[in-house]
Amino acid sequence: MLSRIAESLFWIGRYVERADGTARILDVHLERLNQLPLAEQRTVSANLMSVMGVDISDDDSPPGLQQLVTRMAFDLRQPNSIAGSLSAARENARRARETVSAPVWESLNATWNGLTSHRRDVVGTYRFCTWVIERTATVQGMADSTMSRDDSWQFLALGRSLERADMTARMLATGDEEAFRLSWANMLRCAGAYESFLRSRRAAFGDTYAVEFLLLDRLFPRSVVSSLRQVEQALIALDPEYSRTGKMDSARRLVGQACTFLEYHHSEDLLGELPEHLERVRAACSGASNAITSKYFAQAAEQAWTGEHI
Amino acid sequence: MSDLFAEYPKAMQRSTAFDEMFSPEAQLRSEYSGVNDVLQSLTVPDVSARAETMARTFLDRGVTFDFAGEERAWPLDIVPRIIPGEEWNSISAGVAQRVTALEMFLNDVYDRMEIVRDGVMPRSLITTSAHFHRQVHGFSTPGGVRVHISGIDLVRDDTGTFRVLEDNVRVPSGVSYVLENRRAIAKGLPEAFSGAAIRPVEEYPRRLLSALRRTAPEGVDDPTVVVLTPGVYNSAYFEHTLLAGMMGVELVEGRDLVCRANRVYMRTTEGEQRVDVIYKRLDDDFLDPLQFRADSMLGVPGIVNAARAGNVTIANAVGNGVADDKLVYTYVPDIIRYYLNEEPLIPNVDTFRLEEPEAREEVMDRLAELVVKPVDGSGGKGLVIGPDASRDELEALRQKVLADPRGWIAQPVLQLSTVPTLVDETFGPRHVDLRPFAINDGEDVWVLPGGLTRVALTEGSLVVNSSQGGGSKDTWVVDQDGAETGEVSTAVPWSTRRAHRSTQRVWPSAFHTDTNPSSDAYDEQQQQQNQGGAPC
Repeated sequence: MLSRIAESLFWIGRYVERADGTARILDVHLERLNQLPLAEQRTVSANLMSVMGVDISDDDSPPGLQQLVTRMAFDLRQPNSIAGSLSAARENARRARETVSAPVWESLNATWNGLTSHRRDVVGTYRFCTWVIERTATVQGMADSTMSRDDSWQFLALGRSLERADMTARMLATGDEEAFRLSWANMLRCAGAYESFLRSRRAAFGDTYAVEFLLLDRLFPRSVVSSLRQVEQALIALDPEYSRTGKMDSARRLVGQACTFLEYHHSEDLLGELPEHLERVRAACSGASNAITSKYFAQAAEQAWTGEHI
Repeated sequence: MSDLFAEYPKAMQRSTAFDEMFSPEAQLRSEYSGVNDVLQSLTVPDVSARAETMARTFLDRGVTFDFAGEERAWPLDIVPRIIPGEEWNSISAGVAQRVTALEMFLNDVYDRMEIVRDGVMPRSLITTSAHFHRQVHGFSTPGGVRVHISGIDLVRDDTGTFRVLEDNVRVPSGVSYVLENRRAIAKGLPEAFSGAAIRPVEEYPRRLLSALRRTAPEGVDDPTVVVLTPGVYNSAYFEHTLLAGMMGVELVEGRDLVCRANRVYMRTTEGEQRVDVIYKRLDDDFLDPLQFRADSMLGVPGIVNAARAGNVTIANAVGNGVADDKLVYTYVPDIIRYYLNEEPLIPNVDTFRLEEPEAREEVMDRLAELVVKPVDGSGGKGLVIGPDASRDELEALRQKVLADPRGWIAQPVLQLSTVPTLVDETFGPRHVDLRPFAINDGEDVWVLPGGLTRVALTEGSLVVNSSQGGGSKDTWVVDQDGAETGEVSTAVPWSTRRAHRSTQRVWPSAFHTDTNPSSDAYDEQQQQQNQGGAPC
């Protein structure tokens, strides 16, 4: 398939998952933030934006909840905001309309059309987040049931799982144990993992168990380890050549090493090591993304005609 | 200024009840000032839209109750009910005191009945209670706990004093609505949450599970807890699923359990699995066809014998109903004095015992001005409010009471306190009650901050039961000067704070060079698609 199309599909997968993850994080954190005193609201929301990679250097609006909501949810110019991600996904789908199925395109397009019809206060943002989570689930579900499992599907799935690993790592990075009692419950709610976690743990509640679940659980699909496994599987399906020893494509190596390390790592102090794990996971994700770009998509960029610029 | 409160002072004048938001001179009580500011800033359409969204969310999430065979969204009013932290501390102590005393009373009743021997209560009163079960006489419960979960119904009279209206120590329900109300209000009225130190309620399921595990039969290290429900047609089924889910335990029906050799097992895909603690959400009468109603299809044959053999904990214990019999209720202040040697912290409502001839005579004369209740009813069933009843109803009631005086009590009509409530696009005073929930784990009675506030939606009505058209309110226990909170935080995310704590790296060094040669300080910027030069 065309590199350009493959790249679009990869990024549709990433942006849709990013919108979903950001909406989940924002929804849960907004509820908690709202209960903090004003001064702390400012610190915590600034921290949250920095973990989410939202650039506020050019923003003059007063720091606080409203800024957080605007920048993370509604700002179309901000590529990491929910609205920004969804419109980027829609832009990609528009360019690859002939390869994505009509239901996927239509649900992305309808989502984009609905982006502006939301009230931008706190109450409106809650509704917006719920709506986004529903819309992204629709897109994913449509893709699941209407796209053939050929390479185009694999690129979409690749982008989605890569972003999912990254998003879960960010969710873990935004957890903070001191600001609010039972924050581990909030963190699990972010990932929609609360009920699964409770069932798997019987009476063992607590930060460490929650972190372990989101980082290492092999069965929960949004955990970092499961997501990285899914990335690996998509990479294998795209290029089944290296089935034995020898040369290995570097994206697959990065992801496989990180995943295997986590899976077999024994830790006495998971919370203490968490920052390093998260840092490594995100490094592996971005490294893999770059490797995928240069292996599958880069030809297009190299051969692009630069117009009259010199 | 919003006109939502325009009619309120006038409506307050129409009743002698204690209003919890405004003093009789229409002065705002200080604990409500935050909520008042928010409500004043909203317009009528704003408030209606929010109320609508909350109802919608409840329907979508399946937070419903059964109203005349139909699933309705749980009715939550947008104005929370607020109790200052200090006042709550004394309520909480009073509830704990009462539960402790009832616990000792039950252990005594099913053992040597010393309270009868010492002449505090007549034996016949206990043995004639419909919920006194000889089947469970003479064996103790694990950890000595019978009232694991209780709900003590409180009301405020016209002077603002909290009084106990009734005790629920069999199967108190409604706690799931406390949890759901808080989540819904947090999203429906977020402005009011800002900066307010509201004591959290979300630890309830964890407390409950911990109490259930602590009261497991002796010798069981890692007990298996289950919630036993009568099934999907029960009106509290939603609560059963919620609690089982939040505790991460199985929700079982009677047919999922089997008793063999005085042990209880559940049928699973991996064969039969031993069950140690059963959180019973079933009436005693249906629990065990071998002991109680033989026609019960909901129960588990043999379960009471398993409990007697000490192989399974049933929470709450079988036979607790004798303690929330409404005639026994009139003795609770004496029960507290007898077992604890303390004065009751929360008074009862004055009550006539119709068994006593003088009291009965007086009540018969004043039937039209009293509330008469059957002693074993709950949920407002069979209750007659004198002033609202017709002549025929009163006559029928008189006959019933005379035929079975043991079966009835009478109380003066209480003007329950009022809280502003949204009805037809304006706020009006509506009567409320309060059901705090307590959990006893054998060492300590913990009271959930707040509890379930139910509200009668018709002006002047005193019937708050949701099965009879009542609504609910989120109940906030608010510490005004941040007294009880104690965990004022620094709110630093893990990613930054922890980095300094653990300097030892655990990942192989190859990762440091291979993946991201630029630096160890990983850039948190999210990756973006390189859109390059747009195709011409």
